[in-house]
Amino acid sequence: MNATAVRAGFLTSVQDLGRAGFREFGISLGGALDGHALRVANLLAGNEESSAGLEITFGGLRLRFADDRIVVWGGGNFDARIGSTSFPAGHPALVRAGDEFSIDSLAGGCRAWLAISGGINVPIVLGSRSADLRAGFGGVTGRPVRDGEEFPLGENPERAKVLIKKLRTEKIARWKPPHDWSSTARRAPVLRYLRGTDSGRFVESALQLFNHEGFFVSPDSDRMGIRLDGPRLERSQDVDLLSEAVAPGTVQVPPSGKPILLLNDCQTIGGYPKIAHVITVDLPVAAQLCPGDRVGFSEVSIRDAHALLLERERNLEQFRRGLESHFK
Amino acid sequence: MEITPLGDSALLIRVAENFDDAPGEALNKVLATKRALEAAQIPGAIEIAPAYTTVALFCDSVRAIDAGASVEDVFGWFEQRIHEALSQPSGAHAPRSEASVVEIPVCYEAEFALDLEHVAQHAGVHWKEVVDLHCEVEYRVHCLGFTPGFPFLGGLPRKIATPRRDVPRKEIPAGSVAIGGTQTGIYPIKSPGGWNVIGRTPIQLFDPEKDPPALLRAGDRVRFRSITREEFERSRNR
Repeated sequence: MNATAVRAGFLTSVQDLGRAGFREFGISLGGALDGHALRVANLLAGNEESSAGLEITFGGLRLRFADDRIVVWGGGNFDARIGSTSFPAGHPALVRAGDEFSIDSLAGGCRAWLAISGGINVPIVLGSRSADLRAGFGGVTGRPVRDGEEFPLGENPERAKVLIKKLRTEKIARWKPPHDWSSTARRAPVLRYLRGTDSGRFVESALQLFNHEGFFVSPDSDRMGIRLDGPRLERSQDVDLLSEAVAPGTVQVPPSGKPILLLNDCQTIGGYPKIAHVITVDLPVAAQLCPGDRVGFSEVSIRDAHALLLERERNLEQFRRGLESHFK
Repeated sequence: MEITPLGDSALLIRVAENFDDAPGEALNKVLATKRALEAAQIPGAIEIAPAYTTVALFCDSVRAIDAGASVEDVFGWFEQRIHEALSQPSGAHAPRSEASVVEIPVCYEAEFALDLEHVAQHAGVHWKEVVDLHCEVEYRVHCLGFTPGFPFLGGLPRKIATPRRDVPRKEIPAGSVAIGGTQTGIYPIKSPGGWNVIGRTPIQLFDPEKDPPALLRAGDRVRFRSITREEFERSRNR
Protein backbone atom coordinates (compact mmCIF):
# COMPACT_ATOMS: atom_id res chain seq x y z
CA MET A 1 0.00 0.00 0.00
CA ASN A 2 1.22 3.45 -0.84
CA ALA A 3 1.23 6.98 0.45
CA THR A 4 1.03 9.90 -1.96
CA ALA A 5 2.69 13.23 -1.29
CA VAL A 6 0.07 15.48 -2.89
CA ARG A 7 2.44 18.34 -2.00
CA ALA A 8 5.98 17.60 -0.83
CA GLY A 9 6.58 20.91 0.97
CA PHE A 10 9.86 22.81 1.32
CA LEU A 11 12.11 19.83 2.07
CA THR A 12 10.75 16.42 3.04
CA SER A 13 12.92 13.32 3.11
CA VAL A 14 12.72 9.71 4.28
CA GLN A 15 14.80 9.19 7.43
CA ASP A 16 15.27 6.45 9.99
CA LEU A 17 17.95 6.23 12.68
CA GLY A 18 20.81 6.45 10.17
CA ARG A 19 23.51 4.17 8.80
CA ALA A 20 26.13 3.60 11.49
CA GLY A 21 29.00 1.35 10.49
CA PHE A 22 30.16 2.96 7.24
CA ARG A 23 32.26 5.87 8.45
CA GLU A 24 35.46 4.17 7.29
CA PHE A 25 34.13 4.51 3.72
CA GLY A 26 33.42 8.21 4.21
CA ILE A 27 29.67 7.66 4.50
CA SER A 28 27.77 10.02 6.80
CA LEU A 29 25.69 8.72 9.69
CA GLY A 30 22.57 10.47 8.31
CA GLY A 31 19.16 9.69 9.77
CA ALA A 32 16.57 11.88 11.50
CA LEU A 33 18.19 14.99 13.02
CA ASP A 34 16.05 14.25 16.09
CA GLY A 35 16.27 10.48 16.33
CA HIS A 36 14.58 10.56 19.73
CA ALA A 37 11.46 12.29 18.37
CA LEU A 38 11.25 9.72 15.56
CA ARG A 39 11.67 6.81 18.00
CA VAL A 40 8.89 8.16 20.24
CA ALA A 41 6.57 8.79 17.27
CA ASN A 42 7.21 5.28 15.95
CA LEU A 43 6.43 3.66 19.31
CA LEU A 44 3.18 5.63 19.52
CA ALA A 45 2.21 4.55 16.00
CA GLY A 46 2.71 0.87 16.86
CA ASN A 47 5.95 0.60 14.86
CA GLU A 48 9.43 -0.60 15.74
CA GLU A 49 11.22 2.48 17.01
CA SER A 50 13.73 2.35 14.16
CA SER A 51 11.12 2.42 11.35
CA ALA A 52 11.60 4.97 8.61
CA GLY A 53 9.43 8.09 8.74
CA LEU A 54 9.47 11.52 7.15
CA GLU A 55 11.59 14.48 8.18
CA ILE A 56 9.66 17.62 7.32
CA THR A 57 11.46 20.98 7.09
CA PHE A 58 9.26 24.12 7.23
CA GLY A 59 6.11 22.11 6.47
CA GLY A 60 3.93 22.37 3.38
CA LEU A 61 3.42 18.60 3.19
CA ARG A 62 0.07 17.06 2.13
CA LEU A 63 -0.27 13.29 2.29
CA ARG A 64 -2.94 10.78 1.33
CA PHE A 65 -2.97 7.07 2.09
CA ALA A 66 -4.48 4.18 0.16
CA ASP A 67 -5.62 2.49 3.41
CA ASP A 68 -6.17 3.39 7.08
CA ARG A 69 -3.03 4.45 8.91
CA ILE A 70 -2.02 5.70 12.35
CA VAL A 71 0.17 8.81 12.17
CA VAL A 72 2.11 10.52 14.94
CA TRP A 73 4.20 13.64 14.60
CA GLY A 74 6.68 15.44 16.85
CA GLY A 75 9.27 18.20 16.62
CA GLY A 76 8.98 21.98 16.37
CA ASN A 77 5.98 24.27 16.36
CA PHE A 78 3.73 23.01 13.55
CA ASP A 79 0.02 22.87 12.73
CA ALA A 80 -0.92 19.31 11.69
CA ARG A 81 -4.38 18.43 10.48
CA ILE A 82 -6.46 15.55 9.22
CA GLY A 83 -8.86 17.21 6.83
CA SER A 84 -9.72 20.37 8.74
CA THR A 85 -9.22 18.89 12.23
CA SER A 86 -6.04 20.07 13.93
CA PHE A 87 -4.22 17.61 16.21
CA PRO A 88 -1.27 18.15 18.52
CA ALA A 89 2.21 16.61 18.57
CA GLY A 90 2.55 13.22 20.23
CA HIS A 91 -1.10 12.13 19.91
CA PRO A 92 -1.66 9.05 17.74
CA ALA A 93 -4.29 9.84 15.11
CA LEU A 94 -6.21 7.78 12.58
CA VAL A 95 -6.07 8.87 8.95
CA ARG A 96 -8.73 7.01 6.93
CA ALA A 97 -8.05 5.92 3.38
CA GLY A 98 -8.47 8.97 1.13
CA ASP A 99 -8.34 11.56 3.94
CA GLU A 100 -5.67 14.23 3.69
CA PHE A 101 -2.97 14.77 6.30
CA SER A 102 -1.36 18.21 6.22
CA ILE A 103 1.38 19.87 8.21
CA ASP A 104 2.53 23.50 8.13
CA SER A 105 5.09 25.34 10.20
CA LEU A 106 4.15 28.03 12.68
CA ALA A 107 6.58 30.57 14.20
CA GLY A 108 9.48 28.62 15.67
CA GLY A 109 8.87 25.47 13.66
CA CYS A 110 11.89 24.29 11.77
CA ARG A 111 11.57 20.52 11.55
CA ALA A 112 9.02 17.83 12.38
CA TRP A 113 9.11 14.03 12.14
CA LEU A 114 6.17 11.95 11.05
CA ALA A 115 5.76 8.27 11.86
CA ILE A 116 3.23 6.34 9.78
CA SER A 117 2.12 2.90 10.99
CA GLY A 118 3.88 0.26 8.92
CA GLY A 119 6.80 2.61 8.26
CA ILE A 120 8.04 3.80 4.90
CA ASN A 121 9.15 0.80 2.95
CA VAL A 122 11.74 2.16 0.53
CA PRO A 123 14.70 -0.20 -0.06
CA ILE A 124 17.40 -0.50 2.60
CA VAL A 125 20.70 0.83 1.24
CA LEU A 126 23.83 0.25 3.36
CA GLY A 127 21.81 -0.70 6.39
CA SER A 128 19.35 2.19 6.34
CA ARG A 129 16.35 3.66 4.51
CA SER A 130 17.57 7.22 5.18
CA ALA A 131 18.05 9.52 2.20
CA ASP A 132 21.65 10.72 1.89
CA LEU A 133 20.81 13.90 -0.03
CA ARG A 134 24.43 14.93 -0.53
CA ALA A 135 25.60 11.62 -1.98
CA GLY A 136 22.26 10.89 -3.67
CA PHE A 137 21.26 7.45 -2.41
CA GLY A 138 18.78 5.94 0.07
CA GLY A 139 15.27 7.28 0.75
CA VAL A 140 13.25 7.90 -2.40
CA THR A 141 16.04 7.36 -4.97
CA GLY A 142 18.47 9.53 -3.05
CA ARG A 143 16.56 12.80 -3.14
CA PRO A 144 13.83 14.71 -1.32
CA VAL A 145 10.19 13.69 -1.80
CA ARG A 146 8.58 15.44 -4.79
CA ASP A 147 5.07 16.77 -5.43
CA GLY A 148 2.71 13.99 -6.49
CA GLU A 149 5.15 11.24 -5.60
CA GLU A 150 3.97 7.87 -4.33
CA PHE A 151 6.07 5.82 -1.97
CA PRO A 152 5.51 2.38 -0.44
CA LEU A 153 4.42 1.76 3.16
CA GLY A 154 4.95 -1.44 5.12
CA GLU A 155 1.90 -3.40 6.23
CA ASN A 156 0.16 -2.11 9.36
CA PRO A 157 1.64 -4.04 12.31
CA GLU A 158 -0.79 -5.83 14.67
CA ARG A 159 -0.33 -3.10 17.28
CA ALA A 160 -1.37 -0.44 14.78
CA LYS A 161 -4.41 -2.50 13.75
CA VAL A 162 -5.55 -2.48 17.39
CA LEU A 163 -5.18 1.31 17.48
CA ILE A 164 -7.00 1.74 14.19
CA LYS A 165 -9.99 -0.10 15.71
CA LYS A 166 -9.84 1.85 18.97
CA LEU A 167 -9.67 5.22 17.24
CA ARG A 168 -12.48 4.55 14.75
CA THR A 169 -14.78 7.07 16.44
CA GLU A 170 -12.61 9.49 18.40
CA LYS A 171 -9.91 9.61 15.64
CA ILE A 172 -7.31 11.28 17.88
CA ALA A 173 -5.98 9.54 20.99
CA ARG A 174 -6.10 11.47 24.25
CA TRP A 175 -2.81 10.03 25.52
CA LYS A 176 0.62 11.31 24.59
CA PRO A 177 4.29 11.19 25.68
CA PRO A 178 5.95 13.74 28.02
CA HIS A 179 5.55 17.21 26.48
CA ASP A 180 9.23 17.91 25.79
CA TRP A 181 9.65 14.61 23.90
CA SER A 182 7.24 15.56 21.15
CA SER A 183 7.59 19.38 21.28
CA THR A 184 11.28 20.12 21.12
CA ALA A 185 11.55 23.80 20.11
CA ARG A 186 12.86 25.98 22.96
CA ARG A 187 12.58 29.67 23.64
CA ALA A 188 16.11 31.12 24.09
CA PRO A 189 17.78 27.75 23.47
CA VAL A 190 21.06 26.99 25.22
CA LEU A 191 22.95 23.94 24.01
CA ARG A 192 25.07 22.09 26.54
CA TYR A 193 28.50 21.03 25.34
CA LEU A 194 31.72 19.28 26.26
CA ARG A 195 35.03 21.05 25.82
CA GLY A 196 36.35 20.39 22.33
CA THR A 197 39.13 18.01 21.42
CA ASP A 198 41.13 21.00 20.12
CA SER A 199 40.12 23.62 22.70
CA GLY A 200 43.86 24.10 23.36
CA ARG A 201 44.18 25.58 19.88
CA PHE A 202 42.04 28.61 20.72
CA VAL A 203 42.92 31.74 22.66
CA GLU A 204 41.41 31.70 26.15
CA SER A 205 39.04 34.56 25.31
CA ALA A 206 37.56 32.53 22.44
CA LEU A 207 36.63 29.76 24.88
CA GLN A 208 35.05 32.36 27.17
CA LEU A 209 33.12 33.96 24.29
CA PHE A 210 31.79 30.61 23.18
CA ASN A 211 30.51 29.78 26.66
CA HIS A 212 28.90 33.17 27.33
CA GLU A 213 27.87 34.91 24.12
CA GLY A 214 24.94 34.37 21.81
CA PHE A 215 25.27 33.25 18.20
CA PHE A 216 22.87 33.65 15.31
CA VAL A 217 21.90 30.88 12.92
CA SER A 218 22.97 31.70 9.38
CA PRO A 219 20.65 30.97 6.42
CA ASP A 220 23.20 28.66 4.75
CA SER A 221 22.58 25.95 7.34
CA ASP A 222 21.35 22.51 6.36
CA ARG A 223 21.41 18.85 7.41
CA MET A 224 25.22 18.91 7.25
CA GLY A 225 25.62 21.69 9.77
CA ILE A 226 24.41 24.90 11.35
CA ARG A 227 26.58 27.89 10.48
CA LEU A 228 26.72 30.48 13.23
CA ASP A 229 27.33 34.22 13.17
CA GLY A 230 28.65 35.99 16.23
CA PRO A 231 31.89 36.97 17.90
CA ARG A 232 34.91 35.73 15.97
CA LEU A 233 36.52 32.75 17.69
CA GLU A 234 40.25 33.25 17.39
CA ARG A 235 42.66 30.36 17.20
CA SER A 236 46.00 30.51 19.02
CA GLN A 237 47.79 28.69 16.21
CA ASP A 238 46.90 29.29 12.60
CA VAL A 239 47.58 25.78 11.38
CA ASP A 240 45.05 23.39 9.98
CA LEU A 241 45.06 19.91 11.45
CA LEU A 242 45.39 16.59 9.75
CA SER A 243 41.82 15.49 9.16
CA GLU A 244 40.37 13.31 11.88
CA ALA A 245 36.94 12.06 12.87
CA VAL A 246 34.11 14.53 13.49
CA ALA A 247 30.57 13.65 14.54
CA PRO A 248 27.10 15.19 14.80
CA GLY A 249 27.42 17.70 17.65
CA THR A 250 31.01 18.66 16.86
CA VAL A 251 31.52 22.44 16.70
CA GLN A 252 34.38 23.21 14.34
CA VAL A 253 35.89 26.60 13.59
CA PRO A 254 37.21 27.37 10.09
CA PRO A 255 39.73 30.23 9.57
CA SER A 256 36.83 32.75 9.36
CA GLY A 257 36.37 32.26 13.13
CA LYS A 258 32.67 31.53 12.61
CA PRO A 259 31.73 28.19 14.19
CA ILE A 260 29.81 25.40 12.46
CA LEU A 261 27.74 22.94 14.50
CA LEU A 262 27.81 19.67 12.58
CA LEU A 263 24.64 17.62 12.15
CA ASN A 264 23.89 14.09 10.90
CA ASP A 265 24.84 14.59 7.24
CA CYS A 266 28.28 16.00 8.11
CA GLN A 267 31.46 14.62 6.62
CA THR A 268 33.09 11.77 8.51
CA ILE A 269 36.45 13.53 8.92
CA GLY A 270 37.47 17.18 9.06
CA GLY A 271 40.56 19.30 9.59
CA TYR A 272 39.18 22.40 11.32
CA PRO A 273 39.88 22.68 15.05
CA LYS A 274 37.01 21.50 17.24
CA ILE A 275 36.13 23.98 19.99
CA ALA A 276 33.20 22.03 21.46
CA HIS A 277 30.89 19.04 21.17
CA VAL A 278 27.17 19.53 21.83
CA ILE A 279 25.91 16.66 24.01
CA THR A 280 23.70 13.99 22.45
CA VAL A 281 20.56 14.81 24.43
CA ASP A 282 20.64 18.44 23.20
CA LEU A 283 20.92 17.66 19.48
CA PRO A 284 17.07 17.59 19.16
CA VAL A 285 17.06 21.24 20.30
CA ALA A 286 19.74 22.07 17.72
CA ALA A 287 17.59 20.45 15.02
CA GLN A 288 14.92 23.13 15.64
CA LEU A 289 17.20 26.14 15.07
CA CYS A 290 15.89 28.34 12.24
CA PRO A 291 17.91 30.93 10.32
CA GLY A 292 18.03 34.10 12.44
CA ASP A 293 17.49 32.29 15.76
CA ARG A 294 19.78 33.15 18.64
CA VAL A 295 21.47 30.28 20.45
CA GLY A 296 23.80 30.06 23.42
CA PHE A 297 26.20 27.39 24.64
CA SER A 298 26.96 26.19 28.15
CA GLU A 299 29.75 23.84 29.19
CA VAL A 300 28.95 20.67 31.15
CA SER A 301 30.97 17.66 32.28
CA ILE A 302 31.13 14.36 30.47
CA ARG A 303 29.60 12.73 33.55
CA ASP A 304 26.54 14.97 33.21
CA ALA A 305 26.33 14.18 29.49
CA HIS A 306 26.31 10.44 30.14
CA ALA A 307 23.95 10.69 33.13
CA LEU A 308 21.45 12.69 31.03
CA LEU A 309 21.70 10.21 28.17
CA LEU A 310 21.19 7.26 30.52
CA GLU A 311 18.19 8.97 32.13
CA ARG A 312 16.63 9.60 28.71
CA GLU A 313 17.11 5.98 27.61
CA ARG A 314 15.74 4.57 30.88
CA ASN A 315 12.71 6.88 30.63
CA LEU A 316 12.12 5.74 27.07
CA GLU A 317 12.23 2.08 28.17
CA GLN A 318 9.68 2.80 30.88
CA PHE A 319 7.51 4.71 28.42
CA ARG A 320 7.62 1.78 25.99
CA ARG A 321 6.42 -0.59 28.72
CA GLY A 322 3.71 1.85 29.74
CA LEU A 323 2.36 1.94 26.19
CA GLU A 324 1.55 -1.78 26.14
CA SER A 325 -1.97 -1.33 27.53
CA HIS A 326 -2.94 0.89 24.58
CA PHE A 327 -2.11 -1.84 22.08
CA LYS A 328 -4.25 -4.56 23.71
CA MET B 1 49.15 7.07 22.73
CA GLU B 2 46.60 9.66 23.80
CA ILE B 3 42.86 9.04 24.20
CA THR B 4 40.49 12.02 24.32
CA PRO B 5 36.69 12.26 24.23
CA LEU B 6 35.20 13.35 20.91
CA GLY B 7 31.96 14.54 22.45
CA ASP B 8 29.94 12.08 24.53
CA SER B 9 29.63 9.37 21.88
CA ALA B 10 33.18 8.73 20.64
CA LEU B 11 36.79 8.50 21.77
CA LEU B 12 39.66 9.75 19.65
CA ILE B 13 42.78 7.61 19.90
CA ARG B 14 45.94 9.34 18.68
CA VAL B 15 48.34 6.58 17.67
CA ALA B 16 51.09 8.62 15.98
CA GLU B 17 52.42 12.07 16.86
CA ASN B 18 54.09 12.62 13.57
CA PHE B 19 52.75 12.29 10.09
CA ASP B 20 54.94 14.16 7.61
CA ASP B 21 58.17 12.45 8.72
CA ALA B 22 56.84 8.91 8.50
CA PRO B 23 53.41 8.75 6.85
CA GLY B 24 53.71 5.02 6.09
CA GLU B 25 54.47 4.22 9.71
CA ALA B 26 51.51 6.32 10.92
CA LEU B 27 49.22 4.47 8.51
CA ASN B 28 50.44 1.07 9.67
CA LYS B 29 49.82 2.04 13.30
CA VAL B 30 46.34 3.29 12.46
CA LEU B 31 45.49 0.06 10.61
CA ALA B 32 46.89 -2.16 13.38
CA THR B 33 44.88 -0.21 15.99
CA LYS B 34 41.71 -0.53 13.95
CA ARG B 35 42.17 -4.29 13.57
CA ALA B 36 42.93 -4.76 17.27
CA LEU B 37 39.81 -2.82 18.28
CA GLU B 38 37.64 -4.76 15.83
CA ALA B 39 39.01 -8.06 17.15
CA ALA B 40 38.36 -7.03 20.76
CA GLN B 41 34.58 -6.62 20.22
CA ILE B 42 34.24 -4.16 23.09
CA PRO B 43 30.63 -4.11 24.36
CA GLY B 44 28.98 -0.89 23.19
CA ALA B 45 31.50 -0.28 20.40
CA ILE B 46 29.56 0.78 17.29
CA GLU B 47 32.24 1.47 14.72
CA ILE B 48 35.83 2.47 14.20
CA ALA B 49 36.80 5.41 12.00
CA PRO B 50 40.45 5.64 10.92
CA ALA B 51 42.13 8.86 9.79
CA TYR B 52 45.77 10.00 9.28
CA THR B 53 47.15 9.63 12.80
CA THR B 54 44.01 8.83 14.75
CA VAL B 55 41.38 6.16 15.15
CA ALA B 56 37.96 7.14 16.49
CA LEU B 57 35.89 4.60 18.40
CA PHE B 58 32.16 5.44 18.27
CA CYS B 59 30.28 3.96 21.17
CA ASP B 60 26.88 3.43 22.73
CA SER B 61 27.38 4.49 26.35
CA VAL B 62 24.11 2.98 27.54
CA ARG B 63 25.15 -0.45 26.27
CA ALA B 64 28.52 -0.03 28.01
CA ILE B 65 26.71 0.79 31.26
CA ASP B 66 24.57 -2.32 30.81
CA ALA B 67 27.83 -4.25 30.35
CA GLY B 68 29.25 -3.00 33.64
CA ALA B 69 30.60 0.53 33.07
CA SER B 70 29.78 3.10 35.75
CA VAL B 71 27.77 6.11 34.58
CA GLU B 72 30.30 8.20 36.51
CA ASP B 73 33.14 7.14 34.24
CA VAL B 74 31.91 5.51 31.05
CA PHE B 75 34.89 6.70 29.03
CA GLY B 76 37.34 5.52 31.72
CA TRP B 77 35.81 2.08 31.25
CA PHE B 78 36.21 2.32 27.46
CA GLU B 79 39.82 3.54 27.83
CA GLN B 80 40.63 0.48 29.88
CA ARG B 81 39.04 -1.81 27.25
CA ILE B 82 41.02 0.01 24.54
CA HIS B 83 44.32 -0.41 26.40
CA GLU B 84 43.57 -4.10 26.92
CA ALA B 85 42.75 -4.55 23.23
CA LEU B 86 45.93 -2.83 22.11
CA SER B 87 48.16 -4.75 24.50
CA GLN B 88 47.27 -8.06 22.83
CA PRO B 89 50.19 -9.43 20.80
CA SER B 90 49.78 -7.97 17.33
CA GLY B 91 49.95 -11.41 15.69
CA ALA B 92 46.50 -12.04 17.12
CA HIS B 93 45.06 -9.70 14.53
CA ALA B 94 47.24 -9.94 11.48
CA PRO B 95 46.53 -7.62 8.55
CA ARG B 96 44.34 -8.89 5.78
CA SER B 97 46.55 -10.26 3.04
CA GLU B 98 49.01 -7.64 1.85
CA ALA B 99 46.94 -5.40 -0.39
CA SER B 100 47.68 -5.81 -4.09
CA VAL B 101 48.12 -2.66 -6.13
CA VAL B 102 44.89 -1.22 -7.53
CA GLU B 103 45.50 0.35 -10.93
CA ILE B 104 43.39 3.40 -11.74
CA PRO B 105 43.26 4.37 -15.43
CA VAL B 106 43.21 8.17 -15.89
CA CYS B 107 42.65 10.25 -18.98
CA TYR B 108 44.78 13.39 -18.58
CA GLU B 109 43.52 15.11 -21.73
CA ALA B 110 42.72 18.81 -21.59
CA GLU B 111 38.95 18.35 -21.59
CA PHE B 112 39.13 16.61 -18.19
CA ALA B 113 42.32 18.19 -16.83
CA LEU B 114 40.99 21.60 -15.79
CA ASP B 115 44.07 22.53 -13.75
CA LEU B 116 46.84 20.42 -15.29
CA GLU B 117 48.42 23.50 -16.89
CA HIS B 118 48.31 25.32 -13.55
CA VAL B 119 49.98 22.40 -11.76
CA ALA B 120 52.64 22.28 -14.50
CA GLN B 121 53.34 25.99 -14.17
CA HIS B 122 53.53 25.72 -10.39
CA ALA B 123 56.06 22.89 -10.72
CA GLY B 124 57.91 24.62 -13.57
CA VAL B 125 57.63 21.62 -15.89
CA HIS B 126 55.79 20.59 -19.05
CA TRP B 127 52.31 19.13 -18.42
CA LYS B 128 53.46 15.78 -19.81
CA GLU B 129 56.03 15.56 -17.05
CA VAL B 130 53.28 16.14 -14.46
CA VAL B 131 51.46 13.12 -15.91
CA ASP B 132 54.64 11.03 -15.90
CA LEU B 133 55.38 11.96 -12.30
CA HIS B 134 51.79 11.30 -11.24
CA CYS B 135 51.87 7.82 -12.82
CA GLU B 136 55.39 6.96 -11.73
CA VAL B 137 54.88 6.21 -8.04
CA GLU B 138 52.81 3.94 -5.84
CA TYR B 139 50.38 5.64 -3.46
CA ARG B 140 48.71 4.45 -0.31
CA VAL B 141 45.17 5.23 0.80
CA HIS B 142 45.42 6.99 4.16
CA CYS B 143 41.72 7.32 4.70
CA LEU B 144 38.38 7.83 2.98
CA GLY B 145 36.27 10.89 3.66
CA PHE B 146 35.03 14.24 2.36
CA THR B 147 32.44 12.39 0.27
CA PRO B 148 31.62 8.66 0.28
CA GLY B 149 34.54 6.73 -1.19
CA PHE B 150 36.89 9.73 -1.63
CA PRO B 151 40.44 8.34 -1.12
CA PHE B 152 43.12 10.58 0.35
CA LEU B 153 46.32 9.25 -1.22
CA GLY B 154 49.78 9.81 0.21
CA GLY B 155 53.02 9.54 -1.73
CA LEU B 156 52.65 12.33 -4.31
CA PRO B 157 56.04 13.37 -5.76
CA ARG B 158 56.97 16.65 -3.99
CA LYS B 159 57.64 18.34 -7.30
CA ILE B 160 53.98 18.38 -8.33
CA ALA B 161 52.51 19.22 -4.92
CA THR B 162 50.22 22.23 -5.53
CA PRO B 163 48.24 24.30 -3.01
CA ARG B 164 44.44 24.05 -3.12
CA ARG B 165 42.57 26.62 -5.18
CA ASP B 166 41.73 29.86 -3.33
CA VAL B 167 38.12 29.60 -4.42
CA PRO B 168 36.76 26.04 -4.50
CA ARG B 169 34.75 24.99 -7.57
CA LYS B 170 31.03 24.59 -6.98
CA GLU B 171 30.95 21.39 -8.95
CA ILE B 172 33.64 18.87 -9.83
CA PRO B 173 32.58 15.95 -12.06
CA ALA B 174 32.59 12.39 -10.72
CA GLY B 175 35.83 10.56 -11.48
CA SER B 176 37.99 13.70 -11.38
CA VAL B 177 41.56 13.01 -10.26
CA ALA B 178 43.06 15.94 -8.40
CA ILE B 179 45.99 17.29 -6.40
CA GLY B 180 45.48 19.15 -3.10
CA GLY B 181 48.71 20.20 -1.39
CA THR B 182 50.92 17.15 -0.98
CA GLN B 183 48.09 14.72 -1.59
CA THR B 184 46.19 13.37 -4.53
CA GLY B 185 42.68 11.98 -4.60
CA ILE B 186 39.68 11.07 -6.72
CA TYR B 187 36.19 12.61 -6.51
CA PRO B 188 33.86 9.57 -6.59
CA ILE B 189 30.68 11.62 -6.96
CA LYS B 190 29.89 15.04 -8.35
CA SER B 191 30.64 17.50 -5.55
CA PRO B 192 32.13 20.90 -4.78
CA GLY B 193 35.89 20.88 -4.28
CA GLY B 194 39.06 22.94 -4.03
CA TRP B 195 41.68 20.56 -5.40
CA ASN B 196 43.48 20.99 -8.75
CA VAL B 197 41.86 18.65 -11.28
CA ILE B 198 44.42 16.97 -13.57
CA GLY B 199 42.41 14.15 -15.19
CA ARG B 200 39.45 11.82 -14.98
CA THR B 201 39.00 8.09 -14.43
CA PRO B 202 36.17 6.09 -16.01
CA ILE B 203 36.18 3.78 -12.97
CA GLN B 204 33.38 3.97 -10.41
CA LEU B 205 34.82 4.47 -6.92
CA PHE B 206 31.57 4.49 -4.95
CA ASP B 207 28.51 2.32 -5.43
CA PRO B 208 26.03 2.16 -2.54
CA GLU B 209 24.57 -1.07 -3.96
CA LYS B 210 27.89 -2.89 -3.55
CA ASP B 211 29.52 -4.48 -0.52
CA PRO B 212 31.92 -2.91 0.28
CA PRO B 213 30.48 0.30 -1.22
CA ALA B 214 33.89 1.84 -1.95
CA LEU B 215 36.50 0.52 -4.40
CA LEU B 216 39.34 1.48 -2.06
CA ARG B 217 39.90 1.41 1.67
CA ALA B 218 42.57 2.64 4.06
CA GLY B 219 45.89 0.86 3.53
CA ASP B 220 45.29 -0.05 -0.13
CA ARG B 221 48.07 0.60 -2.67
CA VAL B 222 47.21 2.58 -5.78
CA ARG B 223 48.91 3.36 -9.07
CA PHE B 224 47.65 5.61 -11.89
CA ARG B 225 47.94 4.69 -15.58
CA SER B 226 47.55 7.23 -18.36
CA ILE B 227 44.90 6.33 -20.96
CA THR B 228 43.67 7.98 -24.15
CA ARG B 229 40.27 9.52 -24.68
CA GLU B 230 39.22 6.44 -26.71
CA GLU B 231 40.20 4.06 -23.93
CA PHE B 232 38.30 6.27 -21.49
CA GLU B 233 35.11 5.98 -23.56
CA ARG B 234 35.57 2.25 -24.11
CA SER B 235 35.98 1.39 -20.46
CA ARG B 236 33.12 3.67 -19.47
CA ASN B 237 30.74 1.98 -21.89
CA ARG B 238 31.85 -1.47 -20.86
